[in-house]
Amino acid sequence: MTALLATSGLTAFYGDFQALFSVDLTVEAGEAVAIIGANGAGKSTLLRTICGLLSAAPERIRYRGEAIGSLSPADIVTRGIALVPEGRKLFASLSVEENLLMGQQCGRKGPWHLERVYALFPMLRERRHQPATSLSGGQQQMAAIGRALMTNPDLLLCDEISLGLAPIVIRDVYAALPGIRAEGTTLVVVEQDIARALGVADRVYCLQEGRVTLEGRPATLTREQIKLAYFGV
Amino acid sequence: MDWVNAIVQGALVGGLYALFAAGLSLMFGVMRLVNIAHGDLIVLAAYLGLVVVNATGLGPFLSLIIVVPVMFVLGYILQRGLLNFTLGGDILPPLLVTFGLSIIIQNALLEGFSADDQKLQAGNFETASLHITDQLAIGWFPFAIFLTALAVIGLLEFMLYRTALGRAFRATSDDSDTARLYGVRNRHVYSMATALALAVISIAAIFLAVRVNFDPASGPARLLYAFEAVIIGGLGSLWGTLAGGVVLGVAQAIGAQLNPGWEQLAGHVAFLLVLIVRPRGLFPRLVDG
Repeated sequence: MTALLATSGLTAFYGDFQALFSVDLTVEAGEAVAIIGANGAGKSTLLRTICGLLSAAPERIRYRGEAIGSLSPADIVTRGIALVPEGRKLFASLSVEENLLMGQQCGRKGPWHLERVYALFPMLRERRHQPATSLSGGQQQMAAIGRALMTNPDLLLCDEISLGLAPIVIRDVYAALPGIRAEGTTLVVVEQDIARALGVADRVYCLQEGRVTLEGRPATLTREQIKLAYFGV
Repeated sequence: MDWVNAIVQGALVGGLYALFAAGLSLMFGVMRLVNIAHGDLIVLAAYLGLVVVNATGLGPFLSLIIVVPVMFVLGYILQRGLLNFTLGGDILPPLLVTFGLSIIIQNALLEGFSADDQKLQAGNFETASLHITDQLAIGWFPFAIFLTALAVIGLLEFMLYRTALGRAFRATSDDSDTARLYGVRNRHVYSMATALALAVISIAAIFLAVRVNFDPASGPARLLYAFEAVIIGGLGSLWGTLAGGVVLGVAQAIGAQLNPGWEQLAGHVAFLLVLIVRPRGLFPRLVDG
């Protein structure tokens, strides 16, 4: 059986700076995979490359067996990969509801629509007509997740959804993930918060300076192994 | 009463300036592209109207049935085939390319139509007026221009705030990379913005061509009025652009009333005054980081 998503020998560059070195990663359908690593390890770059914001050679990224490395972001989201970008990136001049509706732009059908998202995040319904920028950080994160869900993804990539949020708010945001997985959505979560990442994931990858330094199931990894992979020697 | 008359006429003409400016405002709003060829595209649409009128015998306003779709398609092709390649982090390439385009359009029109003045004739409608009092009359034609400007800007606002395309325009304006993540094809969106801008230009062009003489070199002055209307109104607000057009029209009318030679000057002075007093315009909406 082919993996839902597989990268092989994936590299990425910002100009002359190489951010990813031959990254091999597989995600099976229905899994939750966490990618951990320190600041600048290449986690966000990896997600941005998968989504087509950074270019890659076609064969380096396969989705359901199809080479998608050179497709545009619009083509990739249409195939069912959605990103919740780091820093939320809500559209500032759009209302909360309009931000959610942007997820429909790609035209994919599925279980997620406005009412489902409001059921998942009830506080968004009350503020649906307010500017997205008027929300608190946690609510903005929920709106950003909702917007990605509105594309009805088969694979949801979450980039640092705990960033800048209070612990209690992080708990609320993470509480939504089981409901999303219950729809059969495959999850990739990028986190700096290791405990948070290990708690939600079936499998974890650790990146360090653009390379995969560790891969395994959380239960089988020791703290020492993770520390070594995370910080290097 | 002369003054009231002048101000009313000026306000109505402001509708024409707003029509000049709406397309410029839309293109800048969606993709931060300053189209230096905007005025020349207006003149190009006026010549297209002239060709259609001469070839088909349609009246100038009916010629819009052909001119609007042709300019819409031309706008799409122009953006998709040329201007999209100038967009990026740097503001200079679009300026240079549209400046070049401006020169090309002017010279092509000169080659094709000579430097002679042209005008479209709309018969009695041009001079017919509605008598309010013995001293005050409102011309039907300027009144129609103003109503059209209201309708066009109302439709553009509806498109921007009530349709999926408008949402894509605004999201792209906020953050084009993030918009692409949700399926917005930005090259298509940019091309639709330019196509709509040129459709609006066509309407403005026919009104212009019925109102005054035009020749291949008429474009840059229209660009200037359009710029002034957009800046007076405040970037990103189409109703503001209408207000900017009215301010410009009224200022010109007042200037002309004081001294016939001051018409243009008064408009530019009003523009400078607004820049000094409210540098972000009267009704700014666009917030740029």
